[in-house]
Amino acid sequence: MTDTDKNNEPISQSCQGTPWKDETQTPFIKIIEVSKRFEDATAVDNVSLDIYRGELFTILGGSGCGKSTLLRMLAGFEPPTSGRIFIDDVDITDMPPYERPINMMFQSYAVFPHMSVAQNIAYGLKKEKLAKAEIKERVEEMLELVQLTDFAKRKPDQLSGGQRQRVALARALAKRPKVLLLDEPLAALDKKLREQTQFELMNLQDRLGTTFVVVTHDQEEAMTLATRIAVMKEGSFIQTGTPGEVYEFPCNHYVADFFGNINVFDATVIGNGEGTVEVELDTSGTRIIAPHHEAISEGSRIQIGVRPEKLLISTEAPTGEQYTITRGVVEDLAYYGNRCVYRVRSHTGRIIQVSAQNYQRSAELLLEWDDEVYLSWDTQCSVVLSE
Amino acid sequence: MSIIANPGNRDRLWRSSVIALPYLWLGLFFLAPFAIVFKISLAEPLIAQPPFSPLWGIAEDGTRKLLATLDNYLFLLEDKLYWVSYLKSIKIALISTLLCLLLGFPMAYAIARTPQPWRNLLLLLVILPFWTSFLLRVYAWIIMLGKEGLINNGLLGIGIINEPISLLYTDVAVYIGIVYTYLPFMILPLYTTLEKLDLDLHDAAADLGGKPLHVFRDITLPMAMPGIIAGSLLVFIPALGEFVIPALLGGLDSLMIGRTLYDEFFMNRDWPLASAVATILLFILILPIMLFQRLQQEPQQ
Repeated sequence: MTDTDKNNEPISQSCQGTPWKDETQTPFIKIIEVSKRFEDATAVDNVSLDIYRGELFTILGGSGCGKSTLLRMLAGFEPPTSGRIFIDDVDITDMPPYERPINMMFQSYAVFPHMSVAQNIAYGLKKEKLAKAEIKERVEEMLELVQLTDFAKRKPDQLSGGQRQRVALARALAKRPKVLLLDEPLAALDKKLREQTQFELMNLQDRLGTTFVVVTHDQEEAMTLATRIAVMKEGSFIQTGTPGEVYEFPCNHYVADFFGNINVFDATVIGNGEGTVEVELDTSGTRIIAPHHEAISEGSRIQIGVRPEKLLISTEAPTGEQYTITRGVVEDLAYYGNRCVYRVRSHTGRIIQVSAQNYQRSAELLLEWDDEVYLSWDTQCSVVLSE
Repeated sequence: MSIIANPGNRDRLWRSSVIALPYLWLGLFFLAPFAIVFKISLAEPLIAQPPFSPLWGIAEDGTRKLLATLDNYLFLLEDKLYWVSYLKSIKIALISTLLCLLLGFPMAYAIARTPQPWRNLLLLLVILPFWTSFLLRVYAWIIMLGKEGLINNGLLGIGIINEPISLLYTDVAVYIGIVYTYLPFMILPLYTTLEKLDLDLHDAAADLGGKPLHVFRDITLPMAMPGIIAGSLLVFIPALGEFVIPALLGGLDSLMIGRTLYDEFFMNRDWPLASAVATILLFILILPIMLFQRLQQEPQQ
């Protein structure tokens, strides 16, 4: 799946509407000013977050950003150094993991190797002291849910990676938790299985209505799964929003770069308008009026970002006032079948990346190496990046 | 005539000789000596050189005749002394194994959870006693367990006891000696299994509602079972035939089978009876070993 495809697909919305925009809704999970400090480092730094019932919320970040520590605090394996965590208006901060209405699917799956598939799924129910008949019923229901009915008596070492993952999922869902935590749920699967499992997870979440909190380092996984994404770096959230928001309206260079490619131009603010800022690009001196919701003082150094697929590439200059236009030479191109990626050297000498859909059916390339081209983009597509 | 006609044959020959090597070793240094011991156990004691009757004799009609007798085994069955001795050995070995397990498990667990490089240091400390002669270490215990020894003086010093208690030449001393000597054999295999234990499994069990004690019972214990079995056998087997520790630290009443064997062999010079005692001891040992083999194969099925 390519970057551009992803944008054309409808954004998954497992929960009803957008509860985070509705002020009458109360959050289901409330993380309030939570910090976790280890002896020599702060893993999670004063983080606050509201997650609503039925969301498929994704915490995204590179390794060591504190996302796993946050998840472990939700599960109850690590006590926070400070702050409180509420679920369904109950303070669970000091509750041991075995009492929390939360279950977790581990990255390693942590399927008990000495128990059969059915015994694994039944484990949590036995600890809950449910009646034998009910346990049996619930195990069968779960086996059916993850399509492992024929494997009930197998031991984990007789299963494939994908099957073990489904055992882990069934085991975590068997107790009907209020919240399911998933630590890198797709990381250990190969590409094909990952795409399939991704849709299965979304369907499952849709059917059960359980609130899912997913931790991942994979932006593609986050984009396709999530109702909302929180981008985490060095123990704090940098940006929280829907996949569309974080992709199209990244708040800074880091977020913009995390989700796919972006061309970044250094610029200076020369004026403010109604919901816009006027900037001058350093290299070309081009003036752009970019959309931005708050005023930035004149003379400030900022960056302007443009996604490769927002750029148009053509041999003739486009007409229209909304376009920012620059000229260049095709230095490199990569043919992907459904699209081409061009690396164009502009007349100021810098490389600009363009991704263009191959909307015409032709065995020949529309543009060749060393072609003189015009690059243009709708000013609305310029993103003001704060750093 | 050439056996090594082609490389395939040579390969096979090489492979089978590699496999044959351990069998050859076992045959030469275990099976053959055991056959000899078993043969002697079927003989009658003689005051001669060697001090037992030959297996084959010449009958009156001049033919060879088997002179084997089961008298020694029958005698062992009849005389209560040997039964008591066997049972006492089994009891001491079992209790020592259990004590080693109770002491060794938390130690192995703690070592497995200690971050490096401390972990290697702790392991080194476990193995350290082996650098001194076993006999010297047992002699050291004689000094420590004596009436004027470190333990009595210490207990007197802090006022727990008013007069020295007898430790040396009691069963307590034997237990202390065996547990002290064989504890590393318990800790090392336990450590190896506990070190490999995935901590996510603990978290997962807790996450699913397992209280800490349940997590230990449901996850840690079954997962550590190979280590527990290996460690227990490594303690139980040598403890059962232990001779030096009860001889040096034990009282006259702590007559373990090793001592009985020694007495029969060196004091009474009854080689056939001593051989019978050894043969039966071997069969007592083979049982738990076979059990262990069975348990080891189970997870592979």
